[in-house]
Amino acid sequence: MKCAVVVFPGSNCDADVYHALTDDLGVDAHYVWHRESDITGYDVVVLPGGFSYGDYLRAGAIARFSPVMVSVQRFAQRGGLVLGICNGFQILVEAGLLPGALLKNDNLQFRCEWTTLRVDNHCTPFTSRCRKGQVLSLPIAHGEGRYHVDSDTLKEWNDAGRIVFRYATAEGDACREANPNGSLHNIAGIVNREGNVLGMMPHPERATNSLVGGEDGRWVLGSLVDYVERGCV
Amino acid sequence: MAVRTEDIIHNCLWQELGLKDSEYERIERLLGRHPNWTELGMFSVLWSEHCGYKHSKTALQSLPTQGEAILVGPGENAGVVDLGHGLALTFKVESHNHPIAIEPYQGAATGIGGIVRDILAMGARPIALLDSLRFGPLEAPWPRHIFSGVVAGIAGYGNCLGLPTVGGETYFDEGYAHNPLCNVMCVGLMRHEDIQRGVAAGVGNSVMLLGHSTGRDGIHGCTFASEELGENSPDRRPAVQVGDPFVEKLLIEACLELQRTDVVVGVQDMGAAGITSSCAETASRAGTGIEIDVTKVPLREKNMTPYDIMLSESQERMLLIVERGKENVVEEVAERWGLHVATIGRVTDDGLFRVYEGSEIVAEVPARALTDQAPIYRPLAERPTYLDQLQPIDEKRVQSLTDRDHLKDLKTLLGSANLASRRWIYQQYDHMVRTDTVIPPGGDAAVLRVKGTSMGVAVSVDGNGRYTYLDPYTGGAAAVAEAARNIVCTGGRPLAITNCLNFGNPEKPGIYYQFAEAVRGMGDACRALGTPVTGGNVSFYNESDGKAVYPTPVVGMVGLLLDIEKRLTVGFKRAGDIIVLLGDGPVALGGSEYAQRILNELGGIPPALDLEAEAALCEAVLDMVQARILSSCHDVSDGGLAVALAECAFRGDAGATGAKVHLEGDVAPPLALFAEGHSRIVVSCAPPKVDEVVRRAQVKGVPVRILGQVASERFSIFWADDILIDEDTNELTRCWQEGIPCMMS
Repeated sequence: MKCAVVVFPGSNCDADVYHALTDDLGVDAHYVWHRESDITGYDVVVLPGGFSYGDYLRAGAIARFSPVMVSVQRFAQRGGLVLGICNGFQILVEAGLLPGALLKNDNLQFRCEWTTLRVDNHCTPFTSRCRKGQVLSLPIAHGEGRYHVDSDTLKEWNDAGRIVFRYATAEGDACREANPNGSLHNIAGIVNREGNVLGMMPHPERATNSLVGGEDGRWVLGSLVDYVERGCV
Repeated sequence: MAVRTEDIIHNCLWQELGLKDSEYERIERLLGRHPNWTELGMFSVLWSEHCGYKHSKTALQSLPTQGEAILVGPGENAGVVDLGHGLALTFKVESHNHPIAIEPYQGAATGIGGIVRDILAMGARPIALLDSLRFGPLEAPWPRHIFSGVVAGIAGYGNCLGLPTVGGETYFDEGYAHNPLCNVMCVGLMRHEDIQRGVAAGVGNSVMLLGHSTGRDGIHGCTFASEELGENSPDRRPAVQVGDPFVEKLLIEACLELQRTDVVVGVQDMGAAGITSSCAETASRAGTGIEIDVTKVPLREKNMTPYDIMLSESQERMLLIVERGKENVVEEVAERWGLHVATIGRVTDDGLFRVYEGSEIVAEVPARALTDQAPIYRPLAERPTYLDQLQPIDEKRVQSLTDRDHLKDLKTLLGSANLASRRWIYQQYDHMVRTDTVIPPGGDAAVLRVKGTSMGVAVSVDGNGRYTYLDPYTGGAAAVAEAARNIVCTGGRPLAITNCLNFGNPEKPGIYYQFAEAVRGMGDACRALGTPVTGGNVSFYNESDGKAVYPTPVVGMVGLLLDIEKRLTVGFKRAGDIIVLLGDGPVALGGSEYAQRILNELGGIPPALDLEAEAALCEAVLDMVQARILSSCHDVSDGGLAVALAECAFRGDAGATGAKVHLEGDVAPPLALFAEGHSRIVVSCAPPKVDEVVRRAQVKGVPVRILGQVASERFSIFWADDILIDEDTNELTRCWQEGIPCMMS
């Protein structure tokens, strides 16, 4: 599997994604500078976390205009796998590749902590290793992660199983107490209609080594590896 | 409009810039003429206390700065220690106290920006931040406002940089009600060959400015930082700079990219006193001269005078000394990262710092006169009378309090602002980015892995203003001892310290006494514990309306774990493990949280510190770390033994969140539970390892006492046959966790 890690000015989880993929998962990963327009030859494109363009104006609002995003759009349209993590999720939403918006956390503060999420759809390229209902422990680190979307889209996404991750208790209960930011229906990650673009606020790349607190991130990143190598879920 | 020299002389305008008459005369002597307005401005900032260390230099010279691990000592942007494997660690603490009192968010944010650039200037990639904060009591609205603003500012700037804030300490006390303190520490990692110096070397080389454009912000920021706060201080808001973390992030990446090109000869952060200090310092260190043209400086405002440009403290700028003819390499990197860059001058050989405005010379002064020839004062030190009036807290009276409800007192302490969980603070900081944080905030010290090696780096920042107020010498020494103990509790060997010394007005003999004594204590502790000083920062004039802040020496320490797998954490691991107290130093209630919160006594005599015992304790624990016989390890500090044990339980693994402990001995319950002392560490180990723990402690001459056992989820403390405390740990945890959120909501 060959993976592109896009670097926007202000990205700051690019090195973490690169490290997790190369050193912990043995993936062939490459940095792609945001001004580049050629992303052919990659199986997966990751938009990493951080504060692209300082998150000025609105998180992800400026990065969507970076030259590389034209190619990412085309890559996604052709069925390429795109994973947006945290700020990457915000960019995907701003770019219209995923519906909805990510609003300021309901507690009005930046939150960095371990959360538990329930896998509600294990039939995506990003969750192929998981069981349905499996609970993953992954960190969040964001100030604008409260997912919101209009009610029609919410219903469509719910019905079609495109809500992939929800914040839940360790027992798998997606209750208010398990929701760290006020996200609608505890939504932590969603896929697009075609199932090849996933955005998630939690950071799988921060959990690929027990030394730094856990390995559940491998369920997500490793699913991608499996999918690319097998060619199906 | 420039001020005329006649007006300066006639109206003694140097006084407006914070210079004394004698200092003006000194400048005249050094120049052999009257300085013009721009030159006077340049002297006023570099000779401010903040930049010139006029009142502190003499005392600081007594600190030990040599040691095996030291690669770069004081005098550069930050000190550097050797980690082995060709790697080096650079670290420094700096204060941003005055700015946060006026504008907490930006004051804290730009404090982070400044310390990060110091680390960057050494050639290192910044890898972590820590902070040491002091505020007035949280019960009052103004300290709450400053506290939440400072935390948000650190988060807003540090998180955007992608730098984990991994540790720190925060205290609330009446002693800081009018003068909050914000000390920030940055740690950077590099290879030996990448160590960079702030030198303007190579005559003819270019002087380049990289980063933000220059505006009028922060003019005279360091002069402001060198005076007492008063009722007009809010008018100083323009002296507080505004941060742009996005540009700083680009600056970090651009500088590290330039590092790999070998065209950069010297790097200097542009912080306090901006272009003036960075040019003067680089020329002075290299023994060269420097000339610049202010019309080449990219500006963001119109009609800026040479004076404004020279004194601006606009943030996110670096000064680069670049090999002549290689400017285009820097320009390409700057273009790639979208940063301003300009060649503003060149290195000369005449020792002068010459400033042009086009073809006209607007300032010309010897670089060394600015950096090395500020007057050095040897202030009068006089033991303040309050120190002689302190009485030990009447322990007989306290011992008669045996019928107190100790459980209630413990809960009060656990929920109090100084002892409650710091989660409310550190969950606002991204403490995991870079994926190196192995021991996150909340432990005794933070531990970071060094990717590609088996090593770990332990970092801690410590200080106790209340102790220092009650006993300046011991307070200074205790800051070092506590930092060392915290590092050791994670399994790290302490390597070196940097300091940040926060005091009142040193021109007052009582304040200078506190300063000199605290520095003396710090020096003795550094010698005893083998941790030299690699540099630091002094913040004087932390006073309002004539009342000084508690004298607060803060120590930032780094340590090394050769094998990160041998690290230790605070929390109990298994029910049935044996709890052992190592060290048995004298305890006292003077200055303790119990005295403050429960007895409402602010005075008293704080516990004594035996540096030899402290060093032995550290060695004993490190020996046990190597032997891998401990399950957990925690420093006994604020709140005493009961609080330390509770913290081990709160952080315990599932099924190991309780304790059953017997405290017997010569002191009665309130003291046994809550008195504070130095040189005590509580460890737990599997039952078969106890004999070895005891033996290894005794070999090092460390007193050892078996306290009890780790329990599954009940926290009980007995004294003889009496039950002093018996409670479900969950209930205690709730008090501890809800403390700060309750006060902030």
